[in-house]
Amino acid sequence: MSSTGAIVTEPGAGQKLRVEHLGMVYERDGETVAALEDINLNVSEGEFICIVGPSGCGKSTLLNVLAGFLPSTSGSVTIDGEAVSGPDPRRILVFQERGVFPWLTVEGNIGFGLSKLPRTQREERIAHYVQAVRLEGFEHTYPSDLSGGMKQRVQVARALAVNPDILYLDEPFGALDSITRVIMRSELLRIWQSERRTIIFVTHDIDEAVQLADRVVVLSSRPARIENILTIDIPHPRNFSSPRYLELRDELLKQIGLAYEI
Amino acid sequence: MKIPVRLRPVIFIAALLVIWQIAIDRNPGQLLPGPIGVAGGIVDLLRHGLLFKYVVASLFRVTWGFGSAALLAIPLGLSLGWYRRGEMAFYPLIQLFRPISPLAWIPIAILWFGVGDLAAIFLIFVGCFFPLLLVAMSAVHGIPAVYINAGRNFGLSPRAFVSRVLYPAVVPQLLIGLRITLGIAWLVVVAAEMISVNSGLGFLIVDARNAGNRYDLVVGGMVIIGAIGLLLDLGMRSLEQVKSFHWSSSEG
Repeated sequence: MSSTGAIVTEPGAGQKLRVEHLGMVYERDGETVAALEDINLNVSEGEFICIVGPSGCGKSTLLNVLAGFLPSTSGSVTIDGEAVSGPDPRRILVFQERGVFPWLTVEGNIGFGLSKLPRTQREERIAHYVQAVRLEGFEHTYPSDLSGGMKQRVQVARALAVNPDILYLDEPFGALDSITRVIMRSELLRIWQSERRTIIFVTHDIDEAVQLADRVVVLSSRPARIENILTIDIPHPRNFSSPRYLELRDELLKQIGLAYEI
Repeated sequence: MKIPVRLRPVIFIAALLVIWQIAIDRNPGQLLPGPIGVAGGIVDLLRHGLLFKYVVASLFRVTWGFGSAALLAIPLGLSLGWYRRGEMAFYPLIQLFRPISPLAWIPIAILWFGVGDLAAIFLIFVGCFFPLLLVAMSAVHGIPAVYINAGRNFGLSPRAFVSRVLYPAVVPQLLIGLRITLGIAWLVVVAAEMISVNSGLGFLIVDARNAGNRYDLVVGGMVIIGAIGLLLDLGMRSLEQVKSFHWSSSEG
């Protein structure tokens, strides 16, 4: 089940998301600002893609365009051959912070997108994902009583519960402390390995990208262009101190233009 | 000696009442009554059945004025807050009307509705409508974009979006606004009753003064107004305590 490094070149075969010549400009104070420029990317079904880049480069903008929250100004985004025209419950965006609804319990949040299901099915689905993100015992707790990591678990569960074919994550662990972040990564990997969804994950954390991704997309500073796409050819579970890991990590750091000595 | 925290305000108020009574006793011939005189006045009102009648009359007007203002201002404010263009169109008008004291509307209220309940209810309505409208508008502006985006992502119908995202997101703000506005309604009803009707606590106060300087009734009326205002506020606060967020707006 190793999908590591599975770059699909020929169209068709398992291809999920196709981004072609995507560009986006917006107006600010009467001036035209380019945010994205000529982005080309093919993502195959079940692939885990990380997008990294210098802060403010337009990573989040790109994700929001892919998810249909922002309109592009040129080029196209197609999923299974269908053009993206707006937000769609078939692909869910997980936000960095405050994405859970404070007026709903853990159960209410996870079941948020399931109101069309019959009751028993809904309850089964909720129970399944409560367990998947390890929040048993917190079903009736409100977000105000949860830690930051638990809230992100709720968001991920709420997203997965509607059975989306793509999961977009916008620096989902960026606001968490470093220990929680590592735990959350391994949990996300575990869920991804058992459910095999296509994941596009934006992060500013190089280590996070090397630990999680099949391929890492490196963006340039604004306007964002794809500098490079790096295949992480290490099977899971990945050893953080293996030579190959460090090599890939260094290469990424170099590409982003960071020195690795302070 | 240690006094329990909860008893301290009670003791403080009791001490003030004693000082007040002593001051009155030392200066006989005052029109202003002491606490004992005021208590006597309230008992008098109770015995004649007036107190209950007047309280009910005032609460009746507040209920209608406040209720109708809430029923109109909240949906309108939420819509205007959501559709920024509508807001841009209405905003100057709202800002123009808002600073006009409800009391300035008294002549117009009497002109339109004559002397009676409707005029008083109208004044309360005017006093509550604009604050509630603004609260509802700003409550919508205050919804974090991430709730709106999350709501949109799950493909809700417009109706479901309103009931499951918009409405629960604004409820805490609205409750605070309603509590403050109910206080305004209670201020306005007293003023309105002094001019346009023949019952209610406001009427009691002017009437007691006009009919032979019964200042024990005047102050008694004030005490009752204060007490009921306090109770209304406590009632609204307890609504907020229901952990406004904590009702499930989703399926039952």
